[in-house]
Amino acid sequence: MAGRKALSIKTIVAIGIGSALFVILGRFGSIPSGIPNTNIETTYALLALFALLYGPAAGLLIGLIGHTLKDAILYGSPWFSWVIASAIAGLIIGLLTRTIAIHDGEFGKKEIIRFNLAQIAANAVAWFIAAPLLDIAIYAEPANKVFTQGLIAGAANMVAAGVIGTLLAIAYAKTRTKQGSLTKEA
Amino acid sequence: MRATMLAYTNHDSGIHRLTGAAKLIFFAVWSVSAMITYDTRCLLVLFLFSLFAFKISKVQFQDYAFVLYLILIFFVLNHIAIFLFSPLEGVRIYGTRHDVVHIAGRYTLTWEQLFYQFNIALKYAVVIPMALLFLMTTDPSEFSASLNRVGFNYKIAYSVSLALRYIPDIQRDYENISFSAQARGIDISRKEKLPRRLKNIILILMPLILTSIERIDKISTAMELRGFGQKEKRTWYRARPFARNDYIAIGIIAGIAVLTAWITFYDGSRYYNIFK
Amino acid sequence: MKRAVIEFQNFSFQYRAQTEPTLQDINLTITEGEKVLIIGPSGSGKSTLAHCLNGLIPFAYPGEMTGTMRMMGQEQKELGISELSNIVGTVLQDPDGQFVGLTVGEDIAFRLENEGIPQADMIGKVAAAARAVDIHEYLGAAPQSLSGGQKQKTTLGGVLVNEVGILLFDEPLASLDPYTGKKAIELIDRVQQETGKTVLIIEHRLEEVLHRPVDRIIVMSEGRIAADLTPAELLSSDLLRETGIREPLYLTALRYAGCPVTPEMNPQNLAMMELDSCTDKLQAWYDNHGAQPESPEYPPVLELRDISFGYEKSRPVLQGLSLQVGRGEMLCIAGRNGAGKSTVSKLICGFYRLASGTILMNGRDIGSDTIKERADRIGFVMQNPNHMISKTLLYDEVALGLRQRGIMEEEIGERVHGILKVCGLYPFRSWPVSALSYGQKKRVTIAAILVLQPEILILDEPTAGQDYRHYNEMMEFLLDLNQQGITVIMITHDMHLMLEYTERAIVLSDGIKVADDRPERVLTDTDVVRSANLKETSLFALAVKAGIRQPVEFVRRFIAHDRRSRGQ
Repeated sequence: MAGRKALSIKTIVAIGIGSALFVILGRFGSIPSGIPNTNIETTYALLALFALLYGPAAGLLIGLIGHTLKDAILYGSPWFSWVIASAIAGLIIGLLTRTIAIHDGEFGKKEIIRFNLAQIAANAVAWFIAAPLLDIAIYAEPANKVFTQGLIAGAANMVAAGVIGTLLAIAYAKTRTKQGSLTKEA
Repeated sequence: MRATMLAYTNHDSGIHRLTGAAKLIFFAVWSVSAMITYDTRCLLVLFLFSLFAFKISKVQFQDYAFVLYLILIFFVLNHIAIFLFSPLEGVRIYGTRHDVVHIAGRYTLTWEQLFYQFNIALKYAVVIPMALLFLMTTDPSEFSASLNRVGFNYKIAYSVSLALRYIPDIQRDYENISFSAQARGIDISRKEKLPRRLKNIILILMPLILTSIERIDKISTAMELRGFGQKEKRTWYRARPFARNDYIAIGIIAGIAVLTAWITFYDGSRYYNIFK
Repeated sequence: MKRAVIEFQNFSFQYRAQTEPTLQDINLTITEGEKVLIIGPSGSGKSTLAHCLNGLIPFAYPGEMTGTMRMMGQEQKELGISELSNIVGTVLQDPDGQFVGLTVGEDIAFRLENEGIPQADMIGKVAAAARAVDIHEYLGAAPQSLSGGQKQKTTLGGVLVNEVGILLFDEPLASLDPYTGKKAIELIDRVQQETGKTVLIIEHRLEEVLHRPVDRIIVMSEGRIAADLTPAELLSSDLLRETGIREPLYLTALRYAGCPVTPEMNPQNLAMMELDSCTDKLQAWYDNHGAQPESPEYPPVLELRDISFGYEKSRPVLQGLSLQVGRGEMLCIAGRNGAGKSTVSKLICGFYRLASGTILMNGRDIGSDTIKERADRIGFVMQNPNHMISKTLLYDEVALGLRQRGIMEEEIGERVHGILKVCGLYPFRSWPVSALSYGQKKRVTIAAILVLQPEILILDEPTAGQDYRHYNEMMEFLLDLNQQGITVIMITHDMHLMLEYTERAIVLSDGIKVADDRPERVLTDTDVVRSANLKETSLFALAVKAGIRQPVEFVRRFIAHDRRSRGQ
């Protein structure tokens, strides 16, 4: 769908709507994980799903724009290191899942594994490496603090993308499958 | 609803009258400067400057009071976390150690740590007012035109406009969906155990995401029919030309950026050290 | 001889994913400056025809075309979608999808911005287009602060700004209340007269469109053109009933009275219609159809006492509203956008807290009950079924509420199958929801609520977006439920629904109750009709014109008779 031109109209609209969803889910869609001060952010399930659906450019820009807008509207100021980490996560998931033809309803066991490997790799790079390093570089925060925070956030985002993102993708794929052999039952 | 989200304030002030593009450039360069420097003197001057900008903007306290409380809570938590994780970070950075008081175990409060955390606090205090100011004095309608003007591809700039356009609509959808889910007994609060909570949030996300995907199809069809993306360039109905004050603002920020960078790095360290 | 702007010759189209052509053997010529109405039930191919005209076929919806289609003398296939959009301006059905600007002014300018027109030229053009559609006072307004009618005016302005030759309206009445719909038809007419553009309107609401004259009506049925006639000829024929399109109510009344309709009588416009030969017959029909009984008394089940509410403190949405709902009643709450009608239902369900007042259910104050507790007795069905469907399989969707309540799987199975039978969905029980039609999905959401066995069912616009046949099916289904003892409250501005299926209409205006009476009395009270953005029914106008002394009672007898004869 995102197809030939990297920035088709559909990709542009998906970035806009995806970013708006990022803001709304960032605001209403965090669920307490049971561990103090750690929430499962459903917004990262959305990011993974939209990167899968609309490609790496959409993933990158939804992470960037969505996270910036979310921070700006809700907290008055973007936290740049994590904004960039979100963008990286979206980009990598989009890149690694480019060959999954989910719009044709293909999302079986093989694709589920591929999608999850992609999201785990992406979240690891973004939250275990990029976010803490940027925190140190930009804000000169203590290394053990930011790496611990990155570890927790990364793990939570993997759960969000792995559980919620996968289930959403399966459901979406089902709506795209051709319903060839349905018959009414008496 | 409205009182819990930051929004554009339509006052008439020098800051409001600056074009969005000038403010965007100013804010971006300002943030980068504040990120780079750890020089206390620079940060103090920048902080005073941002208070001054706030004052002439005529923005009212109640427009952002609720955000300020949120920021303060986060601020305090973050400082506690820094101390808990690394009580001697300041000692490591500044290379000297002057104890204030021993608390317990490995936790000793030092002057170096206080000074280090004071600098972190100051860094926030420099960026946050400018971010607030940028948000509250830039008309969203002008924002995309500004992004395009400072060099972003117009399609990407327009996707920001679309996000701003549809945030209220999607929020309304979310509320409706979550109300009707609650009526069917779907609970996502702490009352439910985690696996159940995850399962329940999916029941709310499913209709939200699927209708949003449908919405993407509808909007892109409509935009296609209205000739979006056919040309290399795009003009903007709400763009504003640069005026004298815009050039002055950009001049000021360029000066600030050069000065802070020079003061910060001329002695070879990012940190201004009062202990040596 | 005017030149042809649109020509179809032996044209057929088949969507790539489908096994049969959606359009077959279309031969149609439309000349410059014509105003043409294209009607047909859902699935007749009328939307597909529109997609061919504006180029979404084949650019967005691929498929196979045969025969020829020319626009302004050029082959459609050879024109790109952007060239086509310079010829045809489309006003789409969903105003929120088309309104992409942050404000009215920006949205009207959207096309010009994309063309790269300099800002200085743009401002004058936008102002002129806004004035042409009478929205110029709102140039700086955000879409969220506008009504459906204002959004539609904006999208029309955004099309006019580009000086296209053909205006295409895809179901322009679908999301408007009756009064705004009437105004929209008047606006389309005025714009056409002022500009001389060719106008195509795609609709299934015939009577509403005929509020202003059209030159021709094309009737679509099963992918073919079933008729291409003047309005007078079409209305004098049997074609409408055969294709499942609702004829204007006043013509149905004339038919019942045994009065033949001919093109010479001007049947397309009641005000100008020649009725001399019919007055006696109408009076005779009226006299022969006895008085209808008054509505029975119902014991109260739900009572709102003096409730007030506002989303923001300074702007109350409801002020001191009181109303009663009887057990087993079927009633509706009407009012224009923002009158507070949806808010009432959300307050009853406990989604928001009252500012003051009490809500009693069976005499007990339910103010402290949670959303979930209230939901056990009061079911709420939203307008858009897609907002309620969380599961991919129909069975799971209906079972969801029961599973959340921890009921044993065996009992769930029984109850779900029972409800699916009631709702006519039993044959589809193992289907995925995505394979169902819009109307069926709507039924699924009703089933998912009914399975919780509520005493009261509240439905927000139950018939929105459905054609005449589906409207009938949905309403007969709700009537059945009502006769099984469920109290039904509908939030609506559909006047047919009000007249035909409710015994009482409560009308809100600016948060205050302005009427609470039998629907035919409400719909003939000029003040109430105006305050709620409704419209006087044409039956009343017919009765007045024919000199019947009790026009309100005439409306009532007609509706009763019509319901009986449609039920057969």
